[in-house]
Amino acid sequence: MRNAQMRVFRGDATGGDFKEYTVPVEDGMVVLDAIHYIQREIDPDLAVRWNCKAAKCGSCSAEVNGRPSLMCKSRMESFAEGEIIFVEPLRTFPLMRDLVTDVSWNYEQNKRIKPFTPKEDAKWVMYQEDVERVQEFRKCIECFLCQDVCHVLRDHDRKDAFIGPRFMVRVASLEMHPLDQGDRMKFLHDEGGVGFCNITKCCSEVCPEDIHITDNAIIPLKERIVDDYYDPIAKFFKTIFSKN
Amino acid sequence: MSNYEIREHDVLVIGAGGAGLRAAIEASAQGLKVGLVCKSLLGKAHTVMAEGGIAAAMATVDARDGWQTHFRDTMIGGKYLNNWRMAQLHAQEAPECVNELERWGAVFDRTHDGKILQRAFGGHTYKRLCHVGDRTGLELIRTLQDKGVHSGIDVYMECTISRLLKDGDKIAGAFGYFREDGRYILFKAKAIILATGGVGRAFSVTSNSWEYTADGHALAYEAGADLIDMEFVQFHPTGMVWPPGVRGILVTEAVRGEGGKLRNSDGERFMFKYLPEATKADYAADETEAERWLEDTLAGKLRTDYRRPPELSTRDNVARAIYTEVKAGRGSPHGGVFLDISYQPADRVRKKLPSMYHQFKDLADVDITKGPMEVGPTMHYIMGGIKVDADTAESKVPGLFAAGECSGGMHGANRLGGNSLSDLIVFGRRAGRGAADYAARQSGLPKISDAEVKAAIDELEAPFKRASGPNPYKLQLKMHEIAGSSFGIFREEADMQKGLADLEKLKEEIKQVGCSGGKNYNPGWHLCRDLSNMLIAVEAIGRSAQSRKESRGAHSRLDFPETDDNLGHENTAVSHAGGGQMKLVKTPLSEMPAELKDLLKKKETAHA
Ligand code: SF4
Ligand code: SF4
Ligand code: FES
Repeated sequence: MRNAQMRVFRGDATGGDFKEYTVPVEDGMVVLDAIHYIQREIDPDLAVRWNCKAAKCGSCSAEVNGRPSLMCKSRMESFAEGEIIFVEPLRTFPLMRDLVTDVSWNYEQNKRIKPFTPKEDAKWVMYQEDVERVQEFRKCIECFLCQDVCHVLRDHDRKDAFIGPRFMVRVASLEMHPLDQGDRMKFLHDEGGVGFCNITKCCSEVCPEDIHITDNAIIPLKERIVDDYYDPIAKFFKTIFSKN
Repeated sequence: MSNYEIREHDVLVIGAGGAGLRAAIEASAQGLKVGLVCKSLLGKAHTVMAEGGIAAAMATVDARDGWQTHFRDTMIGGKYLNNWRMAQLHAQEAPECVNELERWGAVFDRTHDGKILQRAFGGHTYKRLCHVGDRTGLELIRTLQDKGVHSGIDVYMECTISRLLKDGDKIAGAFGYFREDGRYILFKAKAIILATGGVGRAFSVTSNSWEYTADGHALAYEAGADLIDMEFVQFHPTGMVWPPGVRGILVTEAVRGEGGKLRNSDGERFMFKYLPEATKADYAADETEAERWLEDTLAGKLRTDYRRPPELSTRDNVARAIYTEVKAGRGSPHGGVFLDISYQPADRVRKKLPSMYHQFKDLADVDITKGPMEVGPTMHYIMGGIKVDADTAESKVPGLFAAGECSGGMHGANRLGGNSLSDLIVFGRRAGRGAADYAARQSGLPKISDAEVKAAIDELEAPFKRASGPNPYKLQLKMHEIAGSSFGIFREEADMQKGLADLEKLKEEIKQVGCSGGKNYNPGWHLCRDLSNMLIAVEAIGRSAQSRKESRGAHSRLDFPETDDNLGHENTAVSHAGGGQMKLVKTPLSEMPAELKDLLKKKETAHA
């Protein structure tokens, strides 16, 4: 059995540093297992958030060697022998302790989005081909890795102005639902800050659910906004004939 | 005494998975002030891990289905120990609860004619599981979460309840702490709904998430409620067995529902050998018939005249079969058996089982479209739980309600796959309404004594005063050892006696458990409290299992391999006798009305 050299961030809002740990590696072990090993054998109070250990709940998000990742999906074998593995909390959100950050801002954004609003006379007949794109968005496990990596939130800290890729996905899942008739375009334009996104696609790259965040959610939403705001004829028809 | 904040609610819901969210939405819809306590972040509860689907007799795929058949399947699956009234309400109300989810934005997979698609599952006569690929639980929880946050419910995230408080006999509130900084909170409430899920973290090989530490079971037990059917622990037949780091992670039954075949190391499709006489006629007689069923299913035929493959037998049965094959030396290289879906077109597998495809690819380097998976039993679900009234979900303690996995009775001796998600929404809704009705009848908030609050704080603080006491993680490993070796998939008197004796020793050690560090997000400290909850659950499982001298459903005894009809009329119930003593009584099942009895007698040929 080989050992892995790890550096895990320990600290809180007042400061902290990486602490060195040596962890024996078993077949198929993931970074979260290594963190659990440290808790059990070395530092029982090491703070980490996790639930499923099966890449389904989106709780164990952290930055592993600089890459926003799910710890339960990051295999120890993917690191070279002797490579030091750095594990640190998401940088975009305020630190609570060790690997745990305060992601409550995300929950606030979700509340601002107009909920599903079905047509009153809906017959609830939907075809598979019509729901498929919505189903892609609904795979989101709210790991907030895309939020973490997005430079608008991460480097420019514009949480006041941009709801971030996760909630672009959420809006898209509602807007493209075949039976929804709520209109979220004004919100997206005025408050959601869709204009802040300059389509760098970093968010899509880190999404553990392989959601094509930019291509399938953000770009189509941007196009709708353009239609609504900058194409008066399209907007005119839209108001007359309503959505769909 | 440490400071604590105080919050007041008409109805407090503890647990924010499917059942808790559904209950909170319902109570709030009755116009009451509702609080929802989540042990994790909102939307992360164990419900997200449910894969296969929601069982409901919608009859969108097979018009022959109806609540009566669903009721009968549930009772047969539960070996008739179920609370018949719960099974009846569940079967009757599941379809409208699924439709409700769709109205709230859930997007299920569709049939060709645009309705909700349903798939086959173990023990269900007809294709009955409404699903979204293999991530149905995520769809359910996200739908309820999005509905819930617009319902005016106060949500307390990462908050753990350590005690329920009473005013005389009645429930009065709950005490707990926030994980973030360990600050304390006192909830005053007229009614409380427990929806805390299961107990899986007491076992080492489990599909259950971090939160499943028997909190609701223990809180209710300590508050005076009965726990019934605790001997019935479901081992899901197919968990991952390799690599070690992922051992226990669930491989959805949908793999078999979509045609997955189980084979041993001789290549034999062994499940044909393990079909119980009573249900043998419901399954294909040989591989040829099973193949025909599969061809019809793959062709998207709504109904078929062939009987379903033996892999779709009930979970208790498949789990025992796999265990037996491995013991007999016919296992796979890593101590499981082979589950194969790779004979189907790769595209179909990826479409129907996307999470499974990724799970094996990412965690085990196995491409399930190219070769078989290795699978073996994993602790998955507890049928036993808080005894409740079927209609209102109220426990013996006035004002205390329970729904979902922490409640008992609905599933009897064995739960059918798919009946859990439906259980959550049917009884979540009923509990929400039951608690709201109860709260509306109360004149004001009950009183809470300072002494009780002080005792709750002292209990939480104690581990810090014993910094050199045993490490909680090590004690959890000991508990795993006891639960696995004495109360696992096969049980025997001598093992159980030893297990119970070892538990007594562990109890003493847990009293001494210590932790280091501070109160800010300190998982070691949190585990200290969780341990005593799990201990209660394991003891309840052990004592109940020892008292049932027969094999029935998920409870299999090597020393009593047969089912004893005389024992089919009573549930086991444990309750707190004071002084840390657990009391066990047998309670007779209530008499089923004649029309339901007739339903059970009626025999349908199960071509699904
Ligand atoms: S594509 Fe847009 S949302 Fe995604 S990371 Fe780049 S700027 Fe952020
Ligand atoms: S869109 Fe992807 S990366 Fe973003 S929160 Fe959802 S699952 Fe995570
Ligand atoms: S623990 Fe659930 S995603 Fe990692």
